[in-house]
Amino acid sequence: MANPAPTTTVASLTRHDGWERFAADWSSDQRAFKTASWGKVMMWIFLLSDTFIFSCFLLSYMTVRMSTTVPWPNPSEVFALELGGKPVPLILIAIMTFILISSSGTMAMAVNYGYRRERRTTAALMLATAAFGASFVGMQAFEWTKLIREGVRPWGNPWGADQFGSSFFMITGFHGTHVTIGVIFLIIIARKVWRGDFDRERRGFFTSRKGRYENVEIMGLYWHFVDLVWVFIFALFYLW
Amino acid sequence: MSHAATQAHAATPAIAHAEGQQHPIKLYLVIWGWLFVLSTCSYLVDYFGLHGYLRWFLILLFMILKAGLIVAVFMHMAWERLTLIYAILLPPVAVLVFVGIMVFEANYTLFTRLDFFGTGP
Repeated sequence: MANPAPTTTVASLTRHDGWERFAADWSSDQRAFKTASWGKVMMWIFLLSDTFIFSCFLLSYMTVRMSTTVPWPNPSEVFALELGGKPVPLILIAIMTFILISSSGTMAMAVNYGYRRERRTTAALMLATAAFGASFVGMQAFEWTKLIREGVRPWGNPWGADQFGSSFFMITGFHGTHVTIGVIFLIIIARKVWRGDFDRERRGFFTSRKGRYENVEIMGLYWHFVDLVWVFIFALFYLW
Repeated sequence: MSHAATQAHAATPAIAHAEGQQHPIKLYLVIWGWLFVLSTCSYLVDYFGLHGYLRWFLILLFMILKAGLIVAVFMHMAWERLTLIYAILLPPVAVLVFVGIMVFEANYTLFTRLDFFGTGP
């Protein structure tokens, strides 16, 4: 009765991994990304293009910093805050880093609860993520205000190389814009989750496509990317 | 044989969609904890004022580890197929070539500034 031969054939076909499957995927008909939906793939490709944009900013920062004959201002001192009468180096930036990492944690858990169809927990976690993001932008606004009052401009600053200001405002400004857009995006998706759009497959306002909990994961990809970019900015701009 | 292959290929996406990305919450909490530890470490590099190659090595090490954890676990890249992984993670390697080019360019600019405009203001 039992015929083990076809089963093993199917199992071996689905199990074979690595370059063989890689080549099979890319040479296959119509669809290369077998397990990822087009929405997820498009978000990944958008993030790839965004990676190049941020790479170009960081590269131009590296180039001007390497080629200037004037000493670069010491970020450790520039971004220090007075706490209890003595300056603590980079403390605000460290707090911002922890806040953004925490927001990534709550976002990852929101995606998880979304796939478990616990919509209230998902929406609450997304709103927590948005709150973390908003407080991050608030701290960045505080930091910008402080530096502008101290005389930092895109064309000069009191401590050293003129290029410091332009690199700083360009890189952190572009990142802050991404966080702001992410917060708006989060609130929109959280509202849909809360309303039960993804349980009832309600059609989207712009796209008229059925909503699915995968939308939460795609939103999460964007948010984690914003955190990922901050990892590089923190290391290369603030710590270097 | 070929029929079985088609079935296997057709069945894979359906299963993946039904399950989504299901992992225990504990995994995310552990990664979250590690990201905190690594961020603290990179902050301490600055706090203790380490300098030179040790500082750069540690900064880059913690940066790569954090980025790897975020992409692999939080963004679920570890569970995607090789096809998507290579499509997304290979192109940024071109950026490293760009870095190399710009290092040469920056050194040349610095050389011309020092050589033709004195030692700077």
